[in-house]
Amino acid sequence: MKKRTGVFVCHCGINIAGTVDVKKVTEELSKHPGVVHSEDYIYMCSDPGQNLIIDAIKEKNLDKVVVACCSPTLHETTFRNTIKSAGLNTFQCEIANIREQCSWVHKDMEKATEKAIKISKSTVERVLRNESLDPISIPVTRRALVIGGGIAGIQSALDLANSDFEVVLVERSPSIGGHMIQLSETFPTLDCSQCILTPKMVEVSKHPNIKLMTFSEVQEISGYIGNFKVKILKKPTYVDPDKCTLCDECTKVCPVVVPNEFDLGLTGRRAIYIPFPQAIPATYILDINSCPGLLPIACGKCADVCEPNAIDFDMKPEIIEEEVGAIIVASGYDQYDKELMAEYGYGKYPDVLDGLQFERLLSASGPTMGKILRPSDHKEPKEVVFIQCVGSRDPELHCEYCSKICCMYTAKHAMLYKHHVHDGQAYVFYIDIRSGGKGYEEFVQRAVEEDGVLYLRGKVSKVFEDKEKLKVWGIDTLIGKDIEIDADMVVLAMATRPSNGAEELARKLKIALDKDGFLAEAHPKLRPVESVTSGMFLAGAAQAPKDIPEAVAQASGAAAKAISILCQERLYHAPTVANVNINLCTGCGMCVDVCPYDALSLKNGKAEVNEVLCEGCGTCSATCLRAAIQVKNITPLQVHEMINACLGG
Amino acid sequence: MTDEFEPRIVAFLCKWCSSAGSDLAGVSRMEYPSNVLPITVMCSGSVSPLYIFSAFNKGADGVLVSGCHPGDCHYLKGNYYARRRIALVKKLLEFIGLEPQRFQMSWVSAAEGKKYTQVIKDFVKEIKPLGPQTKLRRNQ
Ligand SMILES: Cc1cc2nc3c(=O)[nH]c(=O)nc-3n(C[C@H](O)[C@H](O)[C@H](O)COP(=O)(O)OP(=O)(O)OC[C@H]3O[C@@H](n4cnc5c(N)ncnc54)[C@H](O)[C@@H]3O)c2cc1C
Ligand code: SF4
Ligand code: SF4
Ligand code: FES
Repeated sequence: MKKRTGVFVCHCGINIAGTVDVKKVTEELSKHPGVVHSEDYIYMCSDPGQNLIIDAIKEKNLDKVVVACCSPTLHETTFRNTIKSAGLNTFQCEIANIREQCSWVHKDMEKATEKAIKISKSTVERVLRNESLDPISIPVTRRALVIGGGIAGIQSALDLANSDFEVVLVERSPSIGGHMIQLSETFPTLDCSQCILTPKMVEVSKHPNIKLMTFSEVQEISGYIGNFKVKILKKPTYVDPDKCTLCDECTKVCPVVVPNEFDLGLTGRRAIYIPFPQAIPATYILDINSCPGLLPIACGKCADVCEPNAIDFDMKPEIIEEEVGAIIVASGYDQYDKELMAEYGYGKYPDVLDGLQFERLLSASGPTMGKILRPSDHKEPKEVVFIQCVGSRDPELHCEYCSKICCMYTAKHAMLYKHHVHDGQAYVFYIDIRSGGKGYEEFVQRAVEEDGVLYLRGKVSKVFEDKEKLKVWGIDTLIGKDIEIDADMVVLAMATRPSNGAEELARKLKIALDKDGFLAEAHPKLRPVESVTSGMFLAGAAQAPKDIPEAVAQASGAAAKAISILCQERLYHAPTVANVNINLCTGCGMCVDVCPYDALSLKNGKAEVNEVLCEGCGTCSATCLRAAIQVKNITPLQVHEMINACLGG
Repeated sequence: MTDEFEPRIVAFLCKWCSSAGSDLAGVSRMEYPSNVLPITVMCSGSVSPLYIFSAFNKGADGVLVSGCHPGDCHYLKGNYYARRRIALVKKLLEFIGLEPQRFQMSWVSAAEGKKYTQVIKDFVKEIKPLGPQTKLRRNQ
């Protein structure tokens, strides 16, 4: 059948017509093979302009349309819908950009007109060979996976569950709660962290739409937006949570003591233990790494005293498979490694603590029941030095970025210390104070004015032990003097870094990391909660250092984004995907290796495209030596004909 | 004044960065020579060596491939493949005896309208003195 193309040249007022002789373009195009109609109009995108196209399609029986106008990023959709309403497939319309790429960048009318003609002809050559395509429709599995059970993951899971979607919440440690559950009181309002978090944790555990999997890790993910398949490894806890009554008999007989992770080593725990009293799920677990052996001959004392027979030495790891339509990653943060901070004596002197250890000391449920006492001799410290930016903003040796939360929590620490030890003195070494946030600046001022915290601008060069004191050598850059403080305790605001294993998790999910190892968002301004992979979203400190309000806001944003997928019956995907000519394909597999989306595989010795995964980038087609794989509607033949037209045929 | 030689340049622009960058040059009304004929492709990684040869065969005096900056490709890594492929094509063209200035690659982001303008200006300036490309041109 003969192709019947219509070409519509827009003046765009004088935006195009001022530099391009639109009449001449129209006339030249009318002579081009395959073109049966061409006309110009002052504003093609206006209603009368669009009607002109519709009428021409009907009267002249057009089957292809080129609109020579502005950039396709502006009106491609408009004109595709126009031709659709005249009964043509949307892919039978292409845009020739003769404004941004021609009339607006040239002054010489003759040259600009010549170029506009070439651009329009090359677009005709393309549309002549366009296939009619329909969007690829995919069903949606209307459940979500949330990875990480800190405040961010908890918030996302609750938002989804309360919108009536099922959620699988995977947390790798034995309880949900993340770092927030370790905190004492939270800036800027000083409400008790556990008191505001535990109600949400309980809601998670009781919610009919949430399937909570603690002590579990995502092992493998396959599939695509709307239809992910997830393999989750459920590690054995050796205690049946349904039988455990939390009687605490087992810990009384367990002979093993190891450092307690929850208190960051400030206390010990047994090999069988509950992470903290409000843990969710509420159950003891047996730590296989510190237990002398699961065999009753090795020890087995705990099982002997467990009345409800909750302890099961034969528990095995399980792999659980789940299907979900959207994924939220909320894997959080960890503190910078202490080994790297030798100059401050961290890890060497017991009274040099990190921020989270100090939170535990402040906590009413902590190792000292909320009394501030030195770990070394249990005496109340009278002079405490807080050091900010430990490992942050130090591109030479440590992290280049600002950890964002430490200015605020240090002000909180110094303030709370003074609330506990009225006659004590708190010193803060800082580079500068960053207190952007609602009520944040006032909070810092309160520490200075009401609690007499002494802020010293400058860096600390060294901390060392000297006669039961910690000598702190620093410099106050405001007065240009060296400072020496005999401190009883030093608290380091360690840099925030991506949580352990973030890199491996990102690899499994095929999402990108930024230069600092945090999970990368799709666009730093406009798509801050989306990952680069469709259907996967980011929440909380996994994406960048964040405080609680920001983590919660992003978590709700991520949940809303996930809901925008899950609330649909089906999703639609652009049909301009790769297509294999199996007669030409030799099965060399080169395309399979280069596809950025793993959309290609070899089946019976030939390449096969997973149309749902394919994004139509065309990398495969440029790689294939036999031209056996091509992206629909931008095939090599089309490009060759476009080149031809550009160079004057 | 005699008619000056006007080179014909085919520019393969990736849709997401360089084509958008050239649009921005337009929106900002930055002027550049009209010698360049843009062909928008999905990604610089989709530019097959055959496209480049095809353009030279058909009489192009210069060919430009322009994509997103390394690391910024919309399709994650298409421009890394482009970079490697284009280095090879460049060597091959030089081996055949084509002036190396006639074939270039550039990184132009969606925000770099000015850079796009500069790339085109420099390109045109560089190949004007070379005169028409005849090495690969097939008589049509
Ligand atoms: C000393 C200190 C004091 C602070 N004080 C305050 C304060 O007063 N006010 C305030 O607003 N903020 C404060 N913060 C910040 C606060 O801790 C964070 O904003 C908040 O914890 C971030 O929550 P999150 O859920 O993103 O990350 P996290 O709390 O780190 O939670 C992440 C969770 O994901 C889990 N996880 C990680 N990887 C995986 C994986 N691969 N699979 C499954 N699970 C995984 C982790 O086990 C963890 O439970 C403080 C921080 C510090 C260090
Ligand atoms: S938040 Fe403050 S203390 Fe923390 S790194 Fe940034 S500037 Fe330093
Ligand atoms: S077009 Fe791109 S995404 Fe699609 S199969 Fe080819 S390489 Fe993969
Ligand atoms: S999309 Fe621009 S180079 Fe790949």
